[in-house]
Formats: sequence, structure tokens, C-alpha cells
Amino acid sequence: MLLLAIVCVPLATGVLAGVFAWRCAVGWATVLAKTAVVGLGVALAVDTDSNRVVSGLDGALRADALSAYMVVVIGIVSLLASIQSVRYLQTDVALGEHSVRHASLYSVLVEVFVACMLAAVLAANLGALWVAVEATTIATTFLVGHQRSDKALEASWKYVLICSVGIAVAFLGTVLVYFAAIHVAGHPTGASVLDWTSLMHASRHLDPGVLRLAMGLLVLGYGTKVGLAPMHSWLPDAHSQAPAPVSALMSGVLLSVAFYALLRFKAIADVALGPQFTRTLLVIAGLSSLLVAASLLLTQRDLKRMLGYSSLEHMGLLALGAAAGTTLAIAAVLLHILGHGIAKAVLFLASGEVLIVEGTTEIDKVPALLTRRPLLGGIFGFGLVALLGLPPFSLFVSELNMIRGEVAVGLGWAAGLSLLAMAVIFAALMTHSRNLLLGGPTATGNATAQATPRLVGIPLVSGLVACAFLGLSAWPLQSLLYAAARVVVR
Amino acid sequence: MRPGAELDIVELAGGVVLAAAILALWRKDLRALISLLALQGVALATLAAVLAVHDDDVSLGVVAGVVLVAKGIVIPGLLARVVRSDPGSRETSPLVNVPASLVAAAVLVVVSYLVTGRLSSLFPDALTRLAPLGLATVLVGFFVLVTRRKAVSQIVGLLLVDNGIALVAFLLTAGFPLLVELGASLDLLLVVVVLQVLTTAMRARFGHVDLDQLRELHD
Repeated sequence: MLLLAIVCVPLATGVLAGVFAWRCAVGWATVLAKTAVVGLGVALAVDTDSNRVVSGLDGALRADALSAYMVVVIGIVSLLASIQSVRYLQTDVALGEHSVRHASLYSVLVEVFVACMLAAVLAANLGALWVAVEATTIATTFLVGHQRSDKALEASWKYVLICSVGIAVAFLGTVLVYFAAIHVAGHPTGASVLDWTSLMHASRHLDPGVLRLAMGLLVLGYGTKVGLAPMHSWLPDAHSQAPAPVSALMSGVLLSVAFYALLRFKAIADVALGPQFTRTLLVIAGLSSLLVAASLLLTQRDLKRMLGYSSLEHMGLLALGAAAGTTLAIAAVLLHILGHGIAKAVLFLASGEVLIVEGTTEIDKVPALLTRRPLLGGIFGFGLVALLGLPPFSLFVSELNMIRGEVAVGLGWAAGLSLLAMAVIFAALMTHSRNLLLGGPTATGNATAQATPRLVGIPLVSGLVACAFLGLSAWPLQSLLYAAARVVVR
Repeated sequence: MRPGAELDIVELAGGVVLAAAILALWRKDLRALISLLALQGVALATLAAVLAVHDDDVSLGVVAGVVLVAKGIVIPGLLARVVRSDPGSRETSPLVNVPASLVAAAVLVVVSYLVTGRLSSLFPDALTRLAPLGLATVLVGFFVLVTRRKAVSQIVGLLLVDNGIALVAFLLTAGFPLLVELGASLDLLLVVVVLQVLTTAMRARFGHVDLDQLRELHD
């Protein structure tokens, strides 16, 4: 019942947004729905503590600690994004850039998108997980193209085509896992073969040859959706062209939901093949993502594109952390998913606010933000500090523990390379943020531009405060993180 | 499955799927490509129907019907509408010429036999033996995606990949659970609708659908 409610809450507000024309009240209803999702997620986390499993809808939905944790993450990031969506749509409709109908379509698609992500992490069946992940692509395509410019159109074409092809490869991988599972003697046949529970049960007996082929395809396929190099080319385009709240959702949680799928399959493969095989794949994907991010970040001119490449970096770090695969490392990976989700969402939302008040997101055209707009500048400053993995933010703790995990399993060399890439990225982001925050003369500043209402800052500042709090003390999450990590580490 | 009329039909259907994919490399006319996709859809539906009768599996029968409607009729119909509305983009203008493409296809077929050797040697079965046909179709689809730059021919490439995967799935596992199959078919249908809308929008905005001329976003 609880699980069905979690998926249905955003769907219900989606219907609401479709029936009534867009207005502020509808926007606040979606915010309320996300608050409810966070609340239900916390309730689920309490329910699934100590290895209990909750299921619903005739066994089609299933939640363990890992699913519950992901529900909380999706809830928090989409809460932030939907508050800013109200501001975004309100401004756009007031300026006459988009019709009310267009704004309604936006709200409906965002709600469907969030519901699909929730369905993905709550699906009992790994085939159904695939269906939900593919559905997120469909829901987000028109959101990426919502600005209706040439560039937005190009970005949405690239996005839907590359991700559909990638996810098709993941489907082939899922077919092979299914094939291996139905050839296990004594394994129950029928619809439940691809259920996580029965797959984990049979994982010891799956044919290693078939599973190796399957894991290669799954890492390639879901890796496309995570944005891991070399299939990352859609990511910076889509993130820079989508409206800011959509970028926040995509970067903050969509990438991690695809990563969640990889974690599930990795757990199965680790039992059947031993950890080395998937580890190699993830190290290659992680290091190449870091390399791409490090080499391209310095040349970026656009704020949102820069943030997109930074997501590539963090997905690479997650891949390396998952490659280590110890309980500590996986708990750190999960904490990193939350920390990165919040920090990146705050920064994307703040850059959306920059677009509203300054009319552009080109870094050179919005200099000295800190002196001209102290609130926005401050949010950017602290957000970038969080993204760089500096204390007190939680990303520092999670990165440190991921590296500890990597060193513990003999991946010290990979951890060293990742630190090198992070140093380059650090320098690149510092250069950009110096221009952005302090910058040169501000004579070109747009004096007539509107101001940012103080209220807009509240969710963004609270996000950063939460992120810093988790860095100082992870106690509210400690037991949940370890329970969730133990789901995929045996 | 034992040798007999049923197995003959399955083998024929698998062969038709791969042959249609290779013919897609040879034909330049987009309308011909769309007919080839429809042919693949019908072949896949026939294969699923035969398996359904053989296994007495009602849900697989439903899947066969869905495949026939989605891949055999609706999706080719949607693509045909796009092509009809734009006579200027009927030629695919591939980056690699036809003879070279056909040689590449031959290499891809050999590669897929090598890769799937493990599957057929482990589980020797009349159906598993045919799996390379599906994988070869997937690889030819990738080849189309890489070498064809018109929007519609990229959609064709995606659908070739998808049909190849469907063939592998039917041959290896006799179909997924019904719910997953229905969800996957719905997803595919929606993706094609989305791509069709985007193609129409691109033509309205740029006056062409040549992806090589979309170069605004790059590093």
C-alpha cells in the first residue's frame, strides 16, 4: 500500500496539473506532493530497517533499505526542483515566453518523470526496472526541448536517440540475465524469474560466460544513461539546454537512478563471477569519465554546461567507488549520491535564477556576482565548495571514504589517478568561479534587471545547510546507509 | 524444439529479420527501408505466434499480437507519414558506399557467430543456435546508426537494433514476462512518436533533417 502510494502521489498531481490550467496553486500542489514523497520515503526507510522487505501491488513493487534510501533521495531533490519550477513557470508565463498550456504540459511531464524514477527504484522485477528507466527518457525529452530553441531541439534529439540506443543495449543484457536464470536447474519459472529476490537466490548458479556478456552490455547500456564516458555526449547538451529545474532533476537524481540499476546487477554478477570482472568494467568507465571531465571543464563558457561536465566527474567517482565494492565504499557511494544530488540541484536551480535575473548563463557575462547579488553569489560560492568536495560538506566525507574503500581492495592506483583528475577539475572550477563571483569591472551589468526575491533563496540555502550538516554528522542516515549498502554487498 | 514445420517457420522468420536488415544497407530509398522494417515486424510476430502455439503459452500469443500491431503496422505507418510529408529527404545519402557497407555487414555476421558461440555450445538447442541472427541484426542496426545521417534513417537504425534484440529475446527465452513485454512495446512506440515529433519540428525550424548540419552544440 505504502509503495503504491509513493508512486501514485506524483501521478495524482500530474493529473491535477493536466486538468487545471497552470497556476501557482497547482505548482504548490506539486511541491506538497514531493514533501509527501519525502515523508513516505522516510516511513519506508523505518519500515525496511533491519533487512525487512516491503512489497506491494501483488509483488510487482518491492522495497528494501536501498530502494527506501533512493526514494528519500528522489523526494528531496525533486522537492527542491519543484519549488524552483513554480518560480520558473511563473516568470515565463508572466513574460509571455510560454503559454499557460505549455506550462501545464511542463508540470505534467515533470510529475510523470518523477513517478517513473520512483517506479524504477521500487520495481521488484529487473525487466520492469528497465521499462521505468526507458520511460524516464520519454518523459524528459520534451522537457529538455522546453525552451523551443534550435539548440534545445538539437539537444533533445541527441538525448532521446543516444539514450534509447544505450538503454536498448541494457535490454539485451537483461535478456541474457533472464536466459541464464531460466537455465538454472530447480529455479522457479514464470513471471518471477527476473525478480530481484529470486535472481539473488539463484545467482550462485548462473552461467558465468553468459553473465559476463550480459554485464558488459548492462554497464554499456545503463552507463549511457548514467552519462559515463564514452557514451556521455548527450549529457552536457541536455543539461545545458533543459530548463534549470529539469537539469537539477536529471543531474541530481536521474543519473543516480540509472546508477542504482547498475548496483543491482553488479550485486548479482559479484556472486556469480566474483568481484573482479565488474570491477574492471567500472574502473575503465569511471576513469575515462574523469579524464573527459578534467580535459573539457576548463574550456566551458556556459554555467550550466560546466555543471553538466561536473556531473560527469561525479558519476565517474561513483563508478570507482562502486568498483571498490566494500560495504564502506558502497555506503559512501550512496551518501555521495545524496550529497551530489542536493549540491548539484542547488547549483542548477541557482543558475536558473541567474538566467531569470541576468538573461544569460554565459560565465563571462555575469561577472562579480558576489558583489552585485550577494545572495546568489553566496549560494554559488558555497555550492561550488560543496561540489569540489571540501569540508564541511558531505561530499568530502563520501569522497574520502570511497577512496579508502578503493585503497583497501588494491585500487590505490585508480584512486591516485582520480585524485589527479580531481586536482585538474579543482583548478578549472576555481578559475571559472573566480570570474563568476569576483570577476572584472561590472560596468556592463544589466542595471534594470529584476532582483531575486529573498524567498527564492530559502530552499537553496536549506539544501546547502542540509548538505553541510550531513558532512558533519551522518547520524540520521548512518544505519540506513549501511543497511542499504548491505543489500548489494554480500 | 524438434525439427518439423514449426522449426522451419522459426528459422525462416529469423533469416528474414537478418536479411531485411542487410537489404536496408543496400536500398537507399527511405520508403523501401520502411517496408523492410514492416517485414521484420511481421516476421517477429510470426515467430512469436509459432512459439506460443508450440509452448501452449497464451501470454506469448498476446505478445505476438502486440508485436504485429506495433512493429508491423503502427511504427512503419508513423515513419511513412514523416517521409511522405518531405519528398526532399527520401534518399539516405550514407557516409559509406553500398559495396563497403555490405562487406561490413558480412564481417558483423561473422563476429556475431563468434560472440554467441558460447551460448549455443553451452545450451545446444535448435533455437539458441539461431541467436547469432538476432545479434547480427543488432550490429547492422548500429552500423546504420553510425553511417546514416538523415533523421529518419537514424530512427530506422534504432528500430533495427530493437528488432534484433527482440529476435534474440524470443529465441533465447521465448519472450519476457507479459507485463515487461507490454511495457517495453509501449516504450518503443512512445520513443518513435517522440522522434517523429522532433523530426517534424526540426524540419519546420531548419528546413532539413540532415544531422550533419546540426552543429551548434559541441566542444
